[in-house]
Amino acid sequence: MAKREAYSKLMEEINAGKFVYTGELEPEKIGDMEEVIEGAKKLVGHVVAANVTDIPQSFAYMNSLGPSYMIQEKAGLEAVCQMTCRDRNRLAMFADLLAAGALGIVNILALTGDHPSLGDQPEAKPVFDLDSASLTALIRKITDEGVDLNGHEIHNPPKFHVGVAINPGAVPLDPEILKLERKEAVGAEFAQTQVVFEIEKAKEFMNAIKHVKVPTLVGIFPLKSFKIADWMEKFVPGVKIPEPMMTRLRELNGIEDKGMRKEKIAEYNVEYYGEFLRELRKTTNAAGCHIMAVKWEELIPLIIKASGS
Amino acid sequence: MIIPKQMPVEKILKTIEGVENLLIVGCDGCSGIYQVGGEKQAEMLAKLIKMHRQLNNVPGEVRHTLVLRQCDRQLVATTLRPQIEGIEAMISLACGVGPQTLIDVFPEMKVFTAVDTYGMGGKDRELGHFFEYCSGCGDCLLNETGGICPMTRCPKALVNGPCGGMLEGKCEVGDYKNDCAWYLIYERLKQLGRLDLYKKYREPRDWRVAQSPRKLEI
Repeated sequence: MAKREAYSKLMEEINAGKFVYTGELEPEKIGDMEEVIEGAKKLVGHVVAANVTDIPQSFAYMNSLGPSYMIQEKAGLEAVCQMTCRDRNRLAMFADLLAAGALGIVNILALTGDHPSLGDQPEAKPVFDLDSASLTALIRKITDEGVDLNGHEIHNPPKFHVGVAINPGAVPLDPEILKLERKEAVGAEFAQTQVVFEIEKAKEFMNAIKHVKVPTLVGIFPLKSFKIADWMEKFVPGVKIPEPMMTRLRELNGIEDKGMRKEKIAEYNVEYYGEFLRELRKTTNAAGCHIMAVKWEELIPLIIKASGS
Repeated sequence: MIIPKQMPVEKILKTIEGVENLLIVGCDGCSGIYQVGGEKQAEMLAKLIKMHRQLNNVPGEVRHTLVLRQCDRQLVATTLRPQIEGIEAMISLACGVGPQTLIDVFPEMKVFTAVDTYGMGGKDRELGHFFEYCSGCGDCLLNETGGICPMTRCPKALVNGPCGGMLEGKCEVGDYKNDCAWYLIYERLKQLGRLDLYKKYREPRDWRVAQSPRKLEI
């Protein structure tokens, strides 16, 4: 497949074969965007773009479209606007895509979205009129043909790049890989993985999807405290944090001085993920790394530096 | 068949407050077969209401009866017409179709339901479970999905599943206790040597087919 023209820095760098970094910003249950914009400012110069989450885990938070626009405008950081299919039918998704295009948002991450029953409004009606694959197809239609799902012409159509998510921790993995092939067939241009903690796991996974020609960014999640690690291990299904990591975090958790504890945990993450990244770049064909250090943006440049890049 | 569940008695009693002469109408279709709204259950409900009325000095008559299938207007008319003398209200023990058919046939009658309707499915007698297998979407996908319905058995009704909420074949909805429909579809299609059908991209559904209320000429 011939490479498509790049309309964003993210895609330009991926196409150029550069190992790219993306960050993640999470607008929460809040009526202003200060924190997200401040977070974005810290990421500028270290990542090429940052994902802006769309009601993650179905918690009633701010949408992704507004902050995606604002981080581009106010912080000068390119957005990867996440769009889930949970809350909007195809009319509303299309309408938001047109608005996103008009606001200068180019990168869209097409997600199916968590079920409402997982969040803090479990009574909500699930929509899922589209899914991650058909949203990808819709974005392709808009970008490649300048039309909506039914082929009606768009006046001055926007250009998008569409990414998808994939879970290296899926058990079994085979149906997940076939699903990625399906998304490749409908025109996904990049993929970001769910969190991976072990480099061996990342290697195995990248090897398993070698035949898929979708540039893939491996997702990592720096662990800010033992408590978070323990919570993830216990309550996030499919997440398995390697034992040495848990042991080390448990040890560091014992440091009495809060400031010192934070510093040591940060140092440990920098060291751990620095090595992870070095190995990832050296041994896999990963297109980059998606660093989910939400509200811990200052760690990202340190990790990247420690990886020797 | 249709999966019925009788409402809590307190809720039924609350609904019929102020009504004196009642006819409880069981249905010998799905509701009767599933022993939720058959003759026996109609009789039981009548007894309960009578007891409650005796204890609370509420006047009025409570009778019960059975219709072979409450979804059939002609059956409802011929069965119930001779029995409604002096009756103010009917309580249906059928699925949601029953009370509406009663209103069609007896528009002057007050009609209540005593059943919550859960959809179309089957039953495992040994486990004592009902399970929903069909949502009557009007555009059957079963021939493409290894005979497993994603419109009903996937809480997101995805046509391009599974989503990221599948773990070891189980679904994120319901705390990983239920099977992921798309995992079952994957396994079934693999067994049939038709993983091409699994990998295939499916266009978004045409929801006009499922547009309520649907009518079918017969």
